[in-house]
Amino acid sequence: MHIPEGFINLPTSLGAAAVAGGSVWGSLRAASRDLKDRLVPFAGLTAAFIFALQMLNFPVAAGTTGHLLGGALAAILLGPWLGIVAVTVVVVIQALLFADGGLVAMGLNIVNMAVITALVGWYVFRGAVKVMPRRSGLLVGSLAAAWASVVVSSIGFSLQYAIGGVGGVDPILVVRSMVGVHGVIGIGEGLITAAAVGAVLAARPDLVTGTRGIDDLETASTSLSRKAIGGFVGAGLAVAVALVVFVAPLAGSAPDGLVRVAEATGFAAAAADNAYSGPLAGYGVAGLDNEMLGTIIAGVVGTGLTFAAGMILVGVVRRRSHHAGAA
Amino acid sequence: MSGGHLHALHVHGHSPVHRMAPEAKVAALLVFVLGVVATPREAMWAFGIHGFLLLAVVTFAELPIGFVLRRMTIEAPFVTFALFLPFLGGGAETEVLGVGLSIDGLWGAWNILAKATLGVGASVTLIATTEIPELLHGLDRLRVPRLFTAIAGFMVRYIDVVAGELQRTRTAMTARGHDPRWLWQVGSLATAAGALFVRSYERGERVHQAMVARGFDGRMPPIDERRATPIEWASAMAMPLTAWMTVLLVLVTP
Repeated sequence: MHIPEGFINLPTSLGAAAVAGGSVWGSLRAASRDLKDRLVPFAGLTAAFIFALQMLNFPVAAGTTGHLLGGALAAILLGPWLGIVAVTVVVVIQALLFADGGLVAMGLNIVNMAVITALVGWYVFRGAVKVMPRRSGLLVGSLAAAWASVVVSSIGFSLQYAIGGVGGVDPILVVRSMVGVHGVIGIGEGLITAAAVGAVLAARPDLVTGTRGIDDLETASTSLSRKAIGGFVGAGLAVAVALVVFVAPLAGSAPDGLVRVAEATGFAAAAADNAYSGPLAGYGVAGLDNEMLGTIIAGVVGTGLTFAAGMILVGVVRRRSHHAGAA
Repeated sequence: MSGGHLHALHVHGHSPVHRMAPEAKVAALLVFVLGVVATPREAMWAFGIHGFLLLAVVTFAELPIGFVLRRMTIEAPFVTFALFLPFLGGGAETEVLGVGLSIDGLWGAWNILAKATLGVGASVTLIATTEIPELLHGLDRLRVPRLFTAIAGFMVRYIDVVAGELQRTRTAMTARGHDPRWLWQVGSLATAAGALFVRSYERGERVHQAMVARGFDGRMPPIDERRATPIEWASAMAMPLTAWMTVLLVLVTP
């Protein structure tokens, strides 16, 4: 997730740095107004917590693992301002001490990983618990907040790529793959966030900033039932696939890069060729249908391929970190 | 996840680069990386000069090349993404071994490979030659808000404590037969994460009380240490300014 140098051009990176700087400065002020002289030790310890959390490998499937991004969890537990500050410190330290993410690209990474995730997570959670001030609101709120934070963050990256990305990949293809992959990643993020919020509520409900001011919830606790997990995984996958298949094709018909993915996989080649083969074919209803179908198949296949590539990468990175741990 | 990982990137030494004032080093890194990112991707020879400059600093800092290269593998995920670009990019194409590759995508892949590699190499060189407290002092003296550097300092100080707690929790769970392989078995780990948050927060409360007991009034005391001399600034900036002269040369030559 950490953007390196050279991926997004200089003007876009500097613009994002300005946005990030302003947001973090404002968040620092708001957080120090709330916490006064407690800010420094609290924010420092919380940032250490998020850093440690990102090292914790969660199982995904058949022994592959992923890790929590934590922006939404930080916002629900700490409020959006301290949440932004804590995750920003993590991003800065990762770039400075681990060379993970570029220096010029740091603004982009702060916007995507700290500002967007914390704000989206906070407002989705607060919206849910205000509409449903019961245990179901907590559950739905934390699941949806974490899922949305990851997906909107990936849309943020896609926007940055569309504005100043290198390589000329079709923005529609980028947003489609990013949303598809992160719609799936968001499911894990949602489950873990909901369970973690539930655990904190059970032990120290006073520490959960997100439920403050809502009487019914200040002492409430929640745990994930099998039914809730099943429902959320189903809903998350359905929304991700729906976004990929139905929303993206409307934005642009059969974009260049997408056709290439389709051709590379061999699935949609026939359909796409049909649509372009003759001067009349393109106007025919059959040709149009084929084109739409080809686009949709290409979208699903492309998402699947990207996700598979991501899983392989996770496997590689995991093996590497195991070696590092053993060394 | 082994202990002391935060310091794994530092290479103890007494080279001139190690001894240089941290604010000059951080500023030099930033100016160099800005120059690298500003270099037009078509100017391959300019990247050669950037690479040579970086290699010179690494040699000057007496860092083992193998160490720097190993640490640079952090960029692997995005490099893999870069390798996809020639297949996904749009616009004109060229034929390589019978496969149509996007020219824009090829340039994009090169752009990421070159700039990310130089950026990561430069960052690794800074970390390897600078102790973490020094680095934070450097940021402080470069006018990063003290509130921010103070928070970062606390994080760095306590990360091993918090990570150690997490590690012990995991060991305890593993000793009781905990070995999750599927997402729906995630509950116990997520609960452990919640418990870790409560512990970290309560530790924050105790740390704050201890600070107040020692006379803390909300302001971090100023750090008064030696500052970079003009000569240090000049020697630190020599490398990034050479890189920038290369960039300007590229930009003015048609």
